Amino acid sequence: MSAAHDHHHGPAKGLSRWLYTTNHKDIGSLYLWFSFAMFLLGGTFALVIRAELFQPGLQFVEPNFFNQMTTMHGLVMVFGAVMPAFVGLANWMIPLMIGAPDMALPRMNNWSFWILPFAFAMMVSTMFMEGGGPNFGWTFYAPLSTTYAPPSTTFFIFAVHIMGASSIMGSINVIATILNMRAPGMTLMKMPLFVWTWLITAYLLIAVMPVLAGVVTMMLFDIHFGTSFFNAAGGGDPVLFQHLFWFFGHPEVNIMILHAFGVVSAIIPTFARKRLFGYDSMVYATASIAFLSFIVWAHHMFTVGMPLAGQLFFMYATMLIAVPTGVKVFNWVATMFRGAMTFETPMLFAIAFVVLFTIGGFTGVMLAITPVDFQYHDTYFVVAHFHYVLVPGAVFSIMAATYYWLPKWTGYMYDETLGKLHFWLSFIGVNLLFFPQHFLGLAGMPRRIPDYALQFANFNWISSVGGFLFGFSQLILLFVVIKCVKGGKKATDQVWEGAQGLEWTVPSPAPYHTFETPPDPKLIHAQ
Amino acid sequence: MASGSSQSAYYVPEQTKYPFFASIGLALTVFGLGNVLNDIAAGNSVTTSTWIAIVGFLILATILFNWFATVIRENHAGMNSDQLKRSYVWGMMWFIFSEVMFFAAFFGALFYVRQLSVPWIGGEGAKGITGDVLWPEFQAAWPLLANPDSSVFINPHDGLNVKEWSVSFLSGYLPFWNTVILITSSVTLHYAHVALKAENRARLIQWMVVTVALGLIFLVLQVLEYREAYGHYGITLNSGIYGSTFFLLTGFHGFHVTLGTFMLIVMLLRCMKGHFKPDDHFGFEAAAWYWHFVDVVWVGLFIFVYCL
Ligand code: HEM
Ligand SMILES: [Cu+2]
Repeated sequence: MSAAHDHHHGPAKGLSRWLYTTNHKDIGSLYLWFSFAMFLLGGTFALVIRAELFQPGLQFVEPNFFNQMTTMHGLVMVFGAVMPAFVGLANWMIPLMIGAPDMALPRMNNWSFWILPFAFAMMVSTMFMEGGGPNFGWTFYAPLSTTYAPPSTTFFIFAVHIMGASSIMGSINVIATILNMRAPGMTLMKMPLFVWTWLITAYLLIAVMPVLAGVVTMMLFDIHFGTSFFNAAGGGDPVLFQHLFWFFGHPEVNIMILHAFGVVSAIIPTFARKRLFGYDSMVYATASIAFLSFIVWAHHMFTVGMPLAGQLFFMYATMLIAVPTGVKVFNWVATMFRGAMTFETPMLFAIAFVVLFTIGGFTGVMLAITPVDFQYHDTYFVVAHFHYVLVPGAVFSIMAATYYWLPKWTGYMYDETLGKLHFWLSFIGVNLLFFPQHFLGLAGMPRRIPDYALQFANFNWISSVGGFLFGFSQLILLFVVIKCVKGGKKATDQVWEGAQGLEWTVPSPAPYHTFETPPDPKLIHAQ
Repeated sequence: MASGSSQSAYYVPEQTKYPFFASIGLALTVFGLGNVLNDIAAGNSVTTSTWIAIVGFLILATILFNWFATVIRENHAGMNSDQLKRSYVWGMMWFIFSEVMFFAAFFGALFYVRQLSVPWIGGEGAKGITGDVLWPEFQAAWPLLANPDSSVFINPHDGLNVKEWSVSFLSGYLPFWNTVILITSSVTLHYAHVALKAENRARLIQWMVVTVALGLIFLVLQVLEYREAYGHYGITLNSGIYGSTFFLLTGFHGFHVTLGTFMLIVMLLRCMKGHFKPDDHFGFEAAAWYWHFVDVVWVGLFIFVYCL
């Protein structure tokens, strides 16, 4: 970042700038770089998996190591790549969008970030410990994660604890910022949707991260202190683990997608050169999705044995989510309808998001049908479902956001040709990678296995080719970002012709301190 | 809410070393603890790992102490605008909410085992068949005194289910007195707050001393109760799901009371040093909120763990 030395204080020099900073932009950049590093690490694990699955038979890794790879891949991607990326975007953009001088609690902001590298160092180091790292899947079901777990699970548990603390502090900060720091005139219903989605997900996070902390604590006690929460021999129940985990887990998947909705709702109007269609309904839809996410968790557990009434309740409640989600998709399409559209890289990612996320939503509704899920559960169909919502969903939105705001962050335009190349390779790669997995699942291939029957061979090698294509394309993103930080065509303040909002009223690159005095209320538009 | 005049004065601190080193302290603490647990499990010596945890914790504690001291100093120096103070208020509120959800997980586990899984293992209800097959002898009951497999989880001793609610019973019933103590302490704390607002320093300190004393008495009684549970009743962490839920719920509550008492002691010392003004004492209020919160949790515990 070429430091813009505006009036009194710019950034400190050297490493201490990053270690001790209280500046929301610095902390945002830290989060984003951390997330990218984790994305590459988690991606490497994924490629180990895809290499092993390229052909039937065991060729590269031991089954136990394979299980560690799937587990670590999931954990690193969810907690290390996707969540921190959105916190990074929140840090950078929320103060700029609501006209605030910084985050509400800048020191705690730094703490939220700096816990993460330690937490992940500890988590990843478990792979080098005796007995290997966690090998029970990112959902760490008991008793796999208690009775039969490797000793390193203790460190995994503590890593989850401190990571959760970081998330809770980050969310508290976001809430305090949004509720308390808006510029005069920035009423709640004038806030950009990205701010809204963050406000709502911050509540989700504060509500469910402690439950995750609780459930890993019970694991810790079952492992080390002889309690029987998840052991029926003492009156507990392994299914209890699943209830607690998914009470956290389903809201967690919403946490990963709601911000994405916010990002896409910012980008589509800009490049369609129209106002967002149905702003109010977008806000209400976000809130309803968040509310529903608390009462659908057991749709992940249809096959464990639940009373019929429970199965019906969770089936219908889950299907209800499709309604507010449909409202959103409708509004994005309506925003584009008859817009003066151009297709710069952020817009390409955003449109791909709308299409591919919708596919993931549809397969979600299929999975929600209880009797049908009996067959699909724990097959590659589920893998295809959640990757459609997570990769061309959440991850594409993060990339869209990166391209969209990169000029504001660096002051230079990124290389559009390379951006488009990155988009098309990712788009093709991701579909090659995950679309065939639907068929694999429907045909009965189970998830989390290192070897498979011969009839699955074709779709698997296609999927692996797609995986390597997608994985290596991400190096283009790295290159584009570095190149853009170094220089390029100067960006204007507004950057994009159709862009609206306070973040586009400050210079590019955004000075180290912005909105030390509140912006002119006339600059704040209705959304 | 977003008022223009105070916005321009929002205090954004310059660089700070606290959080980075606090992270190191935190990481060392949990890394050390993890090693302690694993060393015990593997039968190794725990000396090194204990030291790692202690050093980490000392770093963390020192930093938090200084961090809070800095915040207090800045407030005394008048650097904090009303808006920044509101940020602290929001922060504390949502922190307490997150604590509520932490307890919710354990209460949820309690309800689940009592209403669903224990009856199922006993052969009742929708999933009773499994229980019948696994442990046909097992009878569902609460408190659970005979575990499905008592060779893995040692049964508690018999004879703890003696709740005839009468005056003579209550007067010898320790949890009842603990409830009285905690509720009283919330009231005395409220009086302290009133005294603070009325600028009656002596009365403030008196009520704070009473509150802290009640908190400490509660903790002592809780220790006595645990000794009773382990010694007399044979309810232990290892005695099946009753002991598991009992000790984790009351244990985490007790841990929070300890933390709350510590906060109140700090507040008491600050009161003695002349901190806090009638219109500016959020540190005090935050500790008070926290104390009321642990009080409310206890009422939940008293009802669902002890009475029902
Ligand atoms: C219309 C919305 C959605 C519906 C109806 C839905 C439904 C479901 C159902 C029923 C399952 C369980 C399948 C099984 O294990 O048999 C599932 C799994 C999953 N979903 Fe969704 N989903 C939706 C949206 C999302 C979103 C937005 C995300 C994340 C961004 C997501 C992430 C996941 C993940 C990670 C799993 C697999 C968890 C695991 O077992 O490892 N879903 N979904
Ligand atoms: Cu779900």
